[in-house]
Amino acid sequence: MANSDAIVGWKTITFGCHILEPGNSANFRTGDWRSQRPVTDKEKCIKCGMCWIFCPDMTYKQDEEGYFEADMEYCKGCGICAHECPKDAITMVPEEG
Amino acid sequence: MIPEFEKFKGFKAKSMPKEELLAPGHRACQGCGEVLALRMVMKALGKDVIVCNATGCMEIITSPYPHTAWNVPWIHVAFENAAAVASGVESARKVLKRKKKIPKKHVDILAVGGDGATGDIGLQWISGAMERGHDFLYVCLDNEAYMNTGVQRSGCTPYGAMTTTSPPGKKSFGQVTWKKNIPAIMVAHNIPYVATASPAYFLDLMNKVKKAALVKGPAYVHIFSPCPTGWGSAGERSIEFARLAVETKVFPLYEVIEGRYIMSRKIKKAKPVTEYLKGQRRFRHLDEAHIDYIQKRVDAEYEKLLRLSEMT
Amino acid sequence: MSKRVGIEVSIAISEAVGLARAEVIPAYPITPQTHIVEHLSEMVANGQLDAEFVPVESEHAAMSCCCGAAAAGARVFTSSSSQGLSLMSEVLYIPSTMRIPMVMVVANRALSAPISIWNDHQDIMVQRDIGWIQTFAENGQEAVDLTIHAFKVAENRNVSLPMIVNIDGFTLSHVIEPIELPDQEDVDKYLPPFKPRYKLDPRRPITMGPVGIPEVYTEAKMAHDMAIKNSKRYILKAWKEFEEVFGRKYEPIDTYRTEDAEVLLVGMGSICETAMTAVDQMRDNGQKVGLLKIRLWRPFPAQEFRKAVGKTKILAVIDRCLPPGAVCGPVGAELRSMFYKIPGSPKIFSFVAGLGGRDVTVSRFEEMVDKARAFAKKRPRELYQVIGVREK
Ligand SMILES: Cc1ncc(C[n+]2csc(CCOP(=O)(O)OP(=O)(O)O)c2C)c(N)n1
Ligand code: SF4
Ligand code: SF4
Ligand code: SF4
Ligand SMILES: [Mg+2]
Repeated sequence: MANSDAIVGWKTITFGCHILEPGNSANFRTGDWRSQRPVTDKEKCIKCGMCWIFCPDMTYKQDEEGYFEADMEYCKGCGICAHECPKDAITMVPEEG
Repeated sequence: MIPEFEKFKGFKAKSMPKEELLAPGHRACQGCGEVLALRMVMKALGKDVIVCNATGCMEIITSPYPHTAWNVPWIHVAFENAAAVASGVESARKVLKRKKKIPKKHVDILAVGGDGATGDIGLQWISGAMERGHDFLYVCLDNEAYMNTGVQRSGCTPYGAMTTTSPPGKKSFGQVTWKKNIPAIMVAHNIPYVATASPAYFLDLMNKVKKAALVKGPAYVHIFSPCPTGWGSAGERSIEFARLAVETKVFPLYEVIEGRYIMSRKIKKAKPVTEYLKGQRRFRHLDEAHIDYIQKRVDAEYEKLLRLSEMT
Repeated sequence: MSKRVGIEVSIAISEAVGLARAEVIPAYPITPQTHIVEHLSEMVANGQLDAEFVPVESEHAAMSCCCGAAAAGARVFTSSSSQGLSLMSEVLYIPSTMRIPMVMVVANRALSAPISIWNDHQDIMVQRDIGWIQTFAENGQEAVDLTIHAFKVAENRNVSLPMIVNIDGFTLSHVIEPIELPDQEDVDKYLPPFKPRYKLDPRRPITMGPVGIPEVYTEAKMAHDMAIKNSKRYILKAWKEFEEVFGRKYEPIDTYRTEDAEVLLVGMGSICETAMTAVDQMRDNGQKVGLLKIRLWRPFPAQEFRKAVGKTKILAVIDRCLPPGAVCGPVGAELRSMFYKIPGSPKIFSFVAGLGGRDVTVSRFEEMVDKARAFAKKRPRELYQVIGVREK
């Protein structure tokens, strides 16, 4: 696994190899694993939040209007949200290229 | 009843904790039900927790240096010993509080491991920690095989399932043993709280984890964790399979509070096990006789559980 | 005031751990270490020591529990031997690279098979590369002093490594010796409360024990290696401060009658006491013989060792461990490679003695010296000799 963030020297590696910055995996974009993306039809959405609750990649955030939107930086395209949406409001569409 | 439960009202779908204690960017496979279960566990616990993680998928995918998905203090030492590490953390906090070296505030101590780490290689360490009565909770994320090393069978692998070390062949039909009953072994330790849970029933899962944390002394929660990679199932169906396992009685949900069995969800009209088995490559090779056996045994095991809940 | 008492060495070590105010003590019984943890558990039970004694279900759990407790910020002590130390083995490598300090006394004992409860160094020598600082005590007083010293070194923020004090099982652990037990006030002065660089704390969440991908593993190991090498100055400093407070002086390598010596015996641990008697006798007979005692084993004090050897041309190195199929015992191998192709370096002969409780008597030391002298003239075929082994 090549990872440019992991290029550290023995003098600069953190003490005891501890990771001192909590939750910094957020710097790692898993979005490029995706071959399809969820698209929400706001007409059908009832803002129940099931897509948010069942996403294994913590991608969904609620906007001011109460809709849930997935962050494409992290979405791996698994399709759980679309599968679990009680209103079939989410469609998985293939990523181009 | 347990006094600590009295004030706890339970989580509500409408007012779920927003905070993510597990950050995105972790390396779990697409549609991983195990990391989803872990995310729910962490939501239930909140930020005042110290996590002791066993080696396995969850440890690997959350901590490839220099990246961590953890927003809470977390330690990984080895595969089989998370419960002993947690014993140490708990003992340290006890004495340091007594000596006024750390604040009195309660911090939950979570030991978490896979089914292999829990039911096979780590059983002794968990047994020791439970028996000694440390105030911690142990969560087993059961994806029914050693996934991190490439899907080898464990004691929790279900009957008939194909894994890389229980392959079906001319002389074999896959896993020959019935799933080991780890929750029952935990109950035998006379600990105050044992429960099974499923991410498909997320409020139930979170409530159980919270109760396990609230209770004084050791507690154990066994969580069904679909693994599309190891099961040969579609990633999008992880929650569906978790739900089907409950609806077919394959994975019943219950609590054991101070030795009393309480069914969380009584299944009146169960779906046939085939509903659950089909769609998973690990069961694809099974013939009717095997499926028939599984159906009968699943029903019998469920009956046993019902009787326990009526008796206690 | 410090008091001089006749006391079993194991009990004296527990008292030292108490004086050091250890906070978490996960332990599992095994002969000949048991008296240490039994007494500690008693001290906790009767309120003499405010600590958590965790009666774990195995040594593997003991070491795992130590890791959790020390990572959470407590001062941690445990003790083990032989099979127990081997059972811990998997975990031992982990706190050292993770820089989690703790102290363990190992009451050295042989390894099975055949099962033997008696003393040699096989148990610790197979754990040579765990990356802990390691010292060897020669007598009860040293065992007590090195235990207190170990906390001071391990917890030094520039060191932050786990540390083992080796004591010989039975020959040291179970004997009653006159020992000066330090004063609590002096120990408190010498050993400030443990303040870890990092710990598990929700107020400042960190991740301990992550995955080391190939891009970082070598660097993590190198950082550990440099940490243990650099620890030497803090080990020496802590001994110097020890001398200032308690009046007893320790060095990484002890010399005994080495001036003008033609042959030097090299040993570690309690056999050095008999070796000194042997040296005295040989000196009385006009032989120019001396003794080097290795007190600090890891990090190996190469510079001090070379200096201690001086101009002596023959070393008779005693290993209390037989690694089957190897070229010689670990101490012999260490010294041979250290001196390899250094101009003027001594000839090094390796002896294996004192396995599984076998006595190494004065005459055995004389035998080694004689053999070493003979070998210096005519190289032996074997790379090492087992001393005192019967053929028939
Ligand atoms: C002592 C030891 N034996 C074996 C291994 C290899 N190993 C690492 S994780 C693992 C399987 C983990 O399975 P499980 O606990 O079910 O967790 P999962 O990966 O399925 O989540 C194995 C066998 C190890 N790391 N340590
Ligand atoms: S699950 Fe469906 S209905 Fe519910 S919030 Fe998400 S998109 Fe809307
Ligand atoms: S497709 Fe999967 S990863 Fe993407 S938002 Fe939906 S549930 Fe999350
Ligand atoms: S192998 Fe299974 S449990 Fe492991 S990360 Fe992938 S989906 Fe999750
Ligand atoms: Mg598993």
